[in-house]
Amino acid sequence: MVAPADSLTGVPVDEEPRALRSTLSRGDSIFRNTVRACGLLVLVITGSIGVFLGYQAIPTLHHYGFGFFTRSQFIPELNEVGILSAIVGTIVVAVIALVIAFPIAVLTALYISDYAPGRLRSYLISLVDLMAAIPSIIYGAWGAAFLMPHLVFVSRWLDQWFGWTWIFRVPGANPSDANFGQSFFDASEFDAAVVVALMVIPLACSVMRNVFAQTPIGEKEGAYALGSTRAGMIRTVVLPFGRGGIIGGTMLGLGRALGETVAVLLILSANYDLNVHFLRNGGVTISSLIATRFGEATGTQLASLLAAGFVLFLMTLLVNTIAGVIVSRSRSGAGVDA
Amino acid sequence: MTTVANTGRSSVEDDSPEDVLDERTRTDPPNEQLPPAAAETLPEDRPRAVSARTMDDNLSLAGAASSSLAVTWLLYEQVLPFSGKLGFFLTWYVLFVALYALVTALSHPRPIVVDRIWTAIVHGAAAVVGLSIVVVVIYTFAKGWPALRHVNFYVHPMSGVSAGEAPLNQGGIYNAIVGSLIEVAIAVAISLPLGIATAIYMTEVGGKAARVVRTVVEAMTALPDLVAGLFIYAFLIVALGQSKTGLAAALALSITMLPIIARSSEVVLRVVPGGLREASLALGAPQWRTVLSVVLPTARSGLGTALILGIARGIGETAPVLITSGASTYLNYNPTVDPMNSLPLFAYTGIRSGQPLYITRGYGAASVLLAIVLVLFILVRLLARQRDTSR
Repeated sequence: MVAPADSLTGVPVDEEPRALRSTLSRGDSIFRNTVRACGLLVLVITGSIGVFLGYQAIPTLHHYGFGFFTRSQFIPELNEVGILSAIVGTIVVAVIALVIAFPIAVLTALYISDYAPGRLRSYLISLVDLMAAIPSIIYGAWGAAFLMPHLVFVSRWLDQWFGWTWIFRVPGANPSDANFGQSFFDASEFDAAVVVALMVIPLACSVMRNVFAQTPIGEKEGAYALGSTRAGMIRTVVLPFGRGGIIGGTMLGLGRALGETVAVLLILSANYDLNVHFLRNGGVTISSLIATRFGEATGTQLASLLAAGFVLFLMTLLVNTIAGVIVSRSRSGAGVDA
Repeated sequence: MTTVANTGRSSVEDDSPEDVLDERTRTDPPNEQLPPAAAETLPEDRPRAVSARTMDDNLSLAGAASSSLAVTWLLYEQVLPFSGKLGFFLTWYVLFVALYALVTALSHPRPIVVDRIWTAIVHGAAAVVGLSIVVVVIYTFAKGWPALRHVNFYVHPMSGVSAGEAPLNQGGIYNAIVGSLIEVAIAVAISLPLGIATAIYMTEVGGKAARVVRTVVEAMTALPDLVAGLFIYAFLIVALGQSKTGLAAALALSITMLPIIARSSEVVLRVVPGGLREASLALGAPQWRTVLSVVLPTARSGLGTALILGIARGIGETAPVLITSGASTYLNYNPTVDPMNSLPLFAYTGIRSGQPLYITRGYGAASVLLAIVLVLFILVRLLARQRDTSR
C-alpha cells in the first residue's frame, strides 16, 4: 500500500487517483426510493396526526384562550371549557403509576438478566412481552372488579398513617372509624394508577432488560473477580451501564401511562373537580375525559375534545421522543457488540 | 473467613450456565481450586457442585419466611386494627425482608447481608409481576366461563337478543368476532408492507433521514391509542364527512400497529449477518435482489414474530374502535358501510353496562380476546424455537 503501483513499471505517477463513485442501477434506485417513500410516509402520518388535531384545536383555543388550560370545569353547554383538572389528573395518575412501576420494572429486568436460571429466561421474556400485549380492557376490568376492593384497605391505611402529609389526605373520610365509608376511597386516581402501573411495567421492563443484557460480560466478571457479591456487581456494573435504558424505559412507560384510556375509564369515577388528593374517590384524565364525552359530543364540544386530544398528543410525543433520544444516545446503544 | 468466601462464590456462580467463570471452574481439577478445609469433606474425584445452596442459605430463608408469617399474623389479625388481604401480604413481605437481613447479619458480614436483601427484593418483584399476570388471566376466564360454556356464544350474532336480559344460551358474539377479524385483517394489509418497508429503509438504506424515522417510530410506539382514533375521526369523519365504519376503525388500528411492526422488524433485520449481504452483492446481485432473496428470507421467522406482535396489539385496542367504529348488534361483513362491532368494544360496553348477564357476556368476549392473544404468543414461541433449531 505504501509504494505506488506504478513503481513496478517505473512510469512516474502524475495522474489524480480515480474518484470512486458508485452509481445505482435503475432497479436499485427504484427500490431505494420506494422504501424511502415508505419511511417518509411514516413521518408524514405522524406529522399529519399533529397537524390535523392541531388544526381542529385552533378554533377552540381561539375561543377560550388561555383559560382552556387554567379552568377546571368542562361544561360546553354553559360555554365553560377548561381541561386543567384533566391535565392535573393525567399527570397525577401517570406519576403515581411510575412511582409504583419503576422499582418493580427495574427489579424484574434485573431478575431476568442476572438472577433467573438460563432455561427460564426465554420464557420469562415472552411472559413479559405477553403482559405487554394483554389488552388494556382486561387489566381495567380486573382492576375495577378484583383489585379495587383490596386496594381500599391500602388507601385507608395510607390515609390513616400519612394523612398529615396533606397529599395522602382523604377529605371527608374518617379512616379510624370501623365503618369508614369505603366509597370515599373507591374508584380513586390511586386505584387507576395501580392498574396503569401493571401495564407500564412490561413496557419499561423490556427496554431495561434489553439494555441490561448488553452489559459487557468482561466487566461483570471483573467485578466478580474482585470479590464482589452479585448485588455489588449489579450496583457497580449493570446499573451504571444500563442507566440510559432505565431512564429511557421509564420515559416510554410514562408516555404509555399518560395516554392510557380504557383501564382508567373503567376504574376512575368521573369527577371534573380539581382533585389532588389522589386517594379520594373520583377524578378525570385527558383520555378518560375524551372517551366519556365523545359519544354525545357535537359541534363545539367535539372541537374542544379534539383540542384536549391535541394536548395529550403533544405531551406523549414530547415524553416519547426524549425517551427515544436517551435510549439511543446511551452507551448501551446499538454500537455495543460485546 | 472460609464461609464468607464460599458463600460469596456460590452466589456468584449459580448464575447462567454459559458463564465463562463457571466453565473454567468445571474443567479445572477441583482440588487445586478448593480451600483445604473444603477439600477434605468432598470425594476426591468429583467436582464440587458449584450451584449448590448451603444449608445456612436454606435455613435462614425458611426461618425468616415462617417467623415473619407468624409475626404478621399476630400483629395483623390480633393486635393492630388493620384489615385487607393485600396489606397482609405486603406486611408479611416487608417483615420477611427485615428478618432475613437480621438472621443473615448474625453470622455474615455486611456485603452478604446486602446481597441477600437484594436477592429477596429482586425475587419479590419478579414474583409480583408473574403472580399478577396469572391472576389477571385466571380471573378473566373465570368471570367469562358461564358465557363461554355455550356454543351459541361463538356462532350466533347478538341481533334480536337483549344482551342484558336474554339467557346466555341465546345470542353470541359472532358479529364481534367477525368484526374484529375484518378490522385486523385490513389493518395488517396496510401496516405490514408499510412497516417492513420502513424497517428495510432504516436498516438497508440508512442515512440521516432514516435516523429521524427511527426516532419517530420509537416515539409512535407509545402513542396513545386514543390519539390514533381521534386522528382518524378528525380526518375521515369530521374533515372528509365519512360515517363511522369498520374501515375507519381498521385505519386507526393500522396506525397503532405500524410502529410496532416497523420496530420489531427493524430489530430482526439488523441482526441478519452482514456477510450474507456482502456475499450476495459480491455475486453481482443488485441491492433489491439481495434484500428480497437473502435478507428477508433469512429474517422470515423474526418478521413473523413482528407481525404477530402487531396483531396482538391491534386486536385488543379498545379506545380507537370506541371512537371510530360504532357498535352494532347485527352481523356486518362490509367494513365500508354501517357500524361494525368488535371484541374489545363488546367487552367494554358489556362490562360497563351494569347488567349482570351483559357483564358476563362482556367477560366472555374479553376471554375470547385473551385466548386469541395467548394463542398468538404461543405461535411466537414456536416461531422463535424454529429459528433457534434452524441455525
